[in-house]
Amino acid sequence: MSELLRAERLVKEFPVKGGVVHAVSDVSFAIEKGETLGLVGESGCGKSTLGKLLLDLIPPTSGKVFFNGEDLSLYKGEALRELRRGMQMIFQDPYASLDPRLSVGRIIAEPLTAHRIGDSREERAAIVRDLMEQVGLRPEFYSRYPHQFSGGQRQRIGIARALALNPELIICDEPVSALDVSIQAQILNLLGDLQRQRGLTYLFISHDLNVVRYLSDRVMVMFLGQLCELSDTPSLYESPRHPYTRFLLDAVPQPDPTRRDENRALLMGEVSSPVNPPSGCRFRLRCPYADARCAEQKPELTELAPGHFCACHHPLG
Amino acid sequence: MFTSKDKYTRALSDQIINAEIQPDDGVLASIRNMFRTNRAALLGLILILLIVLMALAAPLITRYDPNEMDLASMNEPPSAQHWFGTDDLGQDVFTRVVYGARISLMIGFVPSLISLILGTALGLMAGYMGRRVDAVIMRLADVVLAFPSLLLAMVIMYTLGSSILNMFIALSIINWAGTARVVRAQTLSLKEKEFVEAARSMGVSRWRIAFRHILPNCLPNLIVLFTLDIPGAIMWESSMSFLGVGDPNTASWGLMVSQGKGYAYMCPWLILAPGIAILVTVMAFNFLGDGLRDAIDPYMKT
Repeated sequence: MSELLRAERLVKEFPVKGGVVHAVSDVSFAIEKGETLGLVGESGCGKSTLGKLLLDLIPPTSGKVFFNGEDLSLYKGEALRELRRGMQMIFQDPYASLDPRLSVGRIIAEPLTAHRIGDSREERAAIVRDLMEQVGLRPEFYSRYPHQFSGGQRQRIGIARALALNPELIICDEPVSALDVSIQAQILNLLGDLQRQRGLTYLFISHDLNVVRYLSDRVMVMFLGQLCELSDTPSLYESPRHPYTRFLLDAVPQPDPTRRDENRALLMGEVSSPVNPPSGCRFRLRCPYADARCAEQKPELTELAPGHFCACHHPLG
Repeated sequence: MFTSKDKYTRALSDQIINAEIQPDDGVLASIRNMFRTNRAALLGLILILLIVLMALAAPLITRYDPNEMDLASMNEPPSAQHWFGTDDLGQDVFTRVVYGARISLMIGFVPSLISLILGTALGLMAGYMGRRVDAVIMRLADVVLAFPSLLLAMVIMYTLGSSILNMFIALSIINWAGTARVVRAQTLSLKEKEFVEAARSMGVSRWRIAFRHILPNCLPNLIVLFTLDIPGAIMWESSMSFLGVGDPNTASWGLMVSQGKGYAYMCPWLILAPGIAILVTVMAFNFLGDGLRDAIDPYMKT
């Protein structure tokens, strides 16, 4: 496998009244061609900001993104648009991410017109109808408007739009968290099918650990703008090394009461603020293993087992 | 090869996925529905159509010429010959009201259209480009809005001279700022919408985003604004004509009231006829505008 996208020491800080929000702090990782990399973390930990940084939708404070070996920061205007064709995004809210005044056909055709693909209106319409079919929408709905569709159908429209430019990488920013559970499964299966058919690479952002486990080859865990742990899926879920990952996994509700673990560890206290994050390890204020070293020294992401990275001074055994 | 079960599940899932496509309840449908339930708006629409018809068919409605003087019959009360009586020059008041609709409608439409275009362009620029462009345009709008509108319009009329063209200019100048503010505010909120971000992520150009995504989403509000600007302009013109800064050569309803005010006690028809015409027209547009706003607002919220 070869590397498709690499983030190098990405930092994004937002100035706010009374300080700076450290949304993403020094995050480095790589996505391999054809894999699904899951990204989990609690609300507000910087997952979506990271996704937007990768697409250069917002400029990073520092750090670099390489796509197919090309440094995005060296590209501007037309060349950047051309390079970004290979990366598309599926958005969280299927109600907000579709323009209510455009018909479905025009929404899906928009990336085609923007990049002048297809010689005529008819040719683009044919491409759009084909895309609609691929995501399970009837092409007859070509001239309907978004408000006539349900949430799941709208998300399919969003997926068709993301596919239109035939990208290599799709950043899925919580694509199912706004949907009913039954619809979630449909969309996840669709994403899986499309990946197999087209050899797509996904960065799958979610706060739902089960969803991420279902789809991902590898999983990254993020806390307050930093990566805690990065590992292949089975090893992360079976033997998490970072205390935060342990807490996250233990917090997943167990529907079967007979299998409920009474001794599961649950996290207490409040989430630390990203405006003035704790020194050293950002998790230390809520971590039962924290000691003086955690306050002084920021733990680096280190490989504890082959392919299993963890940023902690006291990794779990 | 698909097994028959595969075929069945595929058909079933297609059925589920494409199941409930909701009926079209877009803006047009909600406006249609509004006319069905909101009688005032319907009345407004009908009145406006009648007034427009009256303005267009003026020569067919009355047999007099609006400027034809008949010094033998001055200040006559309403009669079979002169339905609304005659004025101090012996002109038929009914005829002048009918022809005045042309002037008043023009004075309603033209400056409202100019300020709509100007305000939309400037508001879109301010909201979309932000920073310095925004600061310059909005300070300009603040200046306009800080003046008492009537006074500002009168100063402009005095400076430029009393003609109908200058009336258009004066009314456009006092009206654009309000439109610009609304469009700017809406642009600011639309700019942060996820579908605009989606368009950016796909590489859609800034111009395209402004004209394909932001402007069309402002349109319903602009229609409402426009319908409410028209009666405003008619009122401003009437006020200014009444105060004597209008064009003395165009027989607008405001000018008729102004010229009749000296005879108000003796010949009340001189001010009642054009006054009621102004009242009905302004009310009709306001009813329609309010109805449109109510119809469009809930749709905009979803």
